[in-house]
Amino acid sequence: MPKELWKGNEAIAETAVRAGLEAYFGYPITPQTEILEYLSRRMPELGRTFVQAESELGAINMVYGAACTGVRVMSSSSSPGVSLMMEGISYIAGTEVPAVLVNVMRGGPGLGNIAPAQGDYNQAVHGGGHGDYQPIVLAPASVQEAIDLTALSFDLAEKYRAICMVILDGCVGQMMEPAEMPEMKPVHRENWDWNTDAKMGKRERRVLSSIYIEPAEEEKMNLRVLNRWRTIEAKEVRYKEYFLDDAEIVVVGFGTAGRIALSAVREARAEGIKVGLLRPITVSPFPYKVIDQLTARADAFLVTEMNSGQMLEDVRLAVKGRVPVEFYGRLGGVVPIPG
Amino acid sequence: MATENLVYDRPEGFTDTPTHYCPGCTHGVAHRLVAEVLEEMGVLEKTIGVAPVGCSVFAYNYFDTDFVEAPHGRAPAMATGVKRVMPDRIVFTYQGDGDLASIGMGEIVHAAARGENITVIFINNANFGMTGGQMAPTTLPGMKTTSSPNGRDVETQGYPIKVAEMLSTLDGVGYCVRRSLHDPKNIRLAKKAIRMAFETQSRGLGFSMVELLSTCPTNWGITPVNSLKFVEEHMVPFYPLGDYKISEAIKQIKV
Repeated sequence: MPKELWKGNEAIAETAVRAGLEAYFGYPITPQTEILEYLSRRMPELGRTFVQAESELGAINMVYGAACTGVRVMSSSSSPGVSLMMEGISYIAGTEVPAVLVNVMRGGPGLGNIAPAQGDYNQAVHGGGHGDYQPIVLAPASVQEAIDLTALSFDLAEKYRAICMVILDGCVGQMMEPAEMPEMKPVHRENWDWNTDAKMGKRERRVLSSIYIEPAEEEKMNLRVLNRWRTIEAKEVRYKEYFLDDAEIVVVGFGTAGRIALSAVREARAEGIKVGLLRPITVSPFPYKVIDQLTARADAFLVTEMNSGQMLEDVRLAVKGRVPVEFYGRLGGVVPIPG
Repeated sequence: MATENLVYDRPEGFTDTPTHYCPGCTHGVAHRLVAEVLEEMGVLEKTIGVAPVGCSVFAYNYFDTDFVEAPHGRAPAMATGVKRVMPDRIVFTYQGDGDLASIGMGEIVHAAARGENITVIFINNANFGMTGGQMAPTTLPGMKTTSSPNGRDVETQGYPIKVAEMLSTLDGVGYCVRRSLHDPKNIRLAKKAIRMAFETQSRGLGFSMVELLSTCPTNWGITPVNSLKFVEEHMVPFYPLGDYKISEAIKQIKV
């Protein structure tokens, strides 16, 4: 398809539609509201489900209900709204049903502001909801990547019966860029062996629940999810490398911070500094192994984020103290500028 | 020669699992009425239930239909998600007063306001049963619970919420009534109401709810028989039985 000029949030919404999204449930919050607005028009046009919920609590539980029936479903929100959704996310994880959630992050904590930030890394990657679970978390740095990763998120969620989050910030959400859309896929209802879409004279009844009242049964469930996670870690790690072949200094940044870091890396290269960039695409599963391998030939790491140093801890875990790990971050919605 | 006729059996809408409810609790009666209605309407195969958090958290073990289990209070939102993508299915929630009228008040009000085509069976037994009998939004003034040990003081602990009356003010509601389970006559009336609520849904006539005044002998600390008397003598006067909203289209339904 030819490239068109797309705004990040609207590109995500249209991509979800083309990926076969059957139902969207959301609540207005800046800077993601264009996703809700776009789908309020687009979904009914296609005879699909759109509901503006009474709250993010309502929205995520509508997602949960629809996910149990086995259809492609998503919600989107921004930081404070995603905090409210954490209860539902834990239940979705505990029930092992697929769902997609987009978080267009903003400055925080609390009400914070509506400027671009990455302060929800820990909440997304290390699980903001209660209990043992690991979400898949994708971090786009451009409108094109937001499109590609939104399409991927539905496949991953279904493949692993897991919650898949796409985390971006107001920069990518609000920015317009030329990008190529995927083809429209028809809505397709898979013949799952787990969904609760009523017996309809065809099968025994099914129950979907996150309750395992016997600890031994809960542990079995925990281990089942953990084993699935081991597969995800082995197969689904994605990242981009820039100038890493001879890099003595490795910069690590995700999303917008990674994209800004690339400009800085290019400037440094022009000055003859041997610096490269690793930009994780999946921040969960995190590319620990790649960083581990880079540690063997790098003199130092510089982590850059639009937060106080959250992914920094994961880089440190991979580096294991073998070389220095420095940090540069701007907080509260301040976007760093190279140079 | 004498013949034996079986006049009372387990409804087809039930699984073989015995319920975990306390002796004398009316959850079992309410469950049975729902199962009988679903069976009589011939909709067991296309029904998806939504269980709450509370004493009826394991409701999904007892009904022979598909079931999902909601977070505390969120059943109407979850039911919305199910029903919107499966509009030809019958979707119901079964919720207690802590679940529906306390933590889930936002979800129930908005599901009703949107006119979601779901049926809500609301069990009002004036306390949080599962956690051991704490004060609920429906606890009567002066009623002793484990968190209102001197009796509910409305000055500091607020007034009970009359859910059926409140929801009946919303335009999205098609059918909203209160019944009681304290004697056979009222149980029969309750079953008729449950039937009408599901008929409302199957005809796409909007949100339907039946509030059922129920007993909790264990947490009330009185016998099952005295619990039934308590409902009749104390709860019915405070929570009057009646039809709070029946839309014109539903009044025409004859079953």
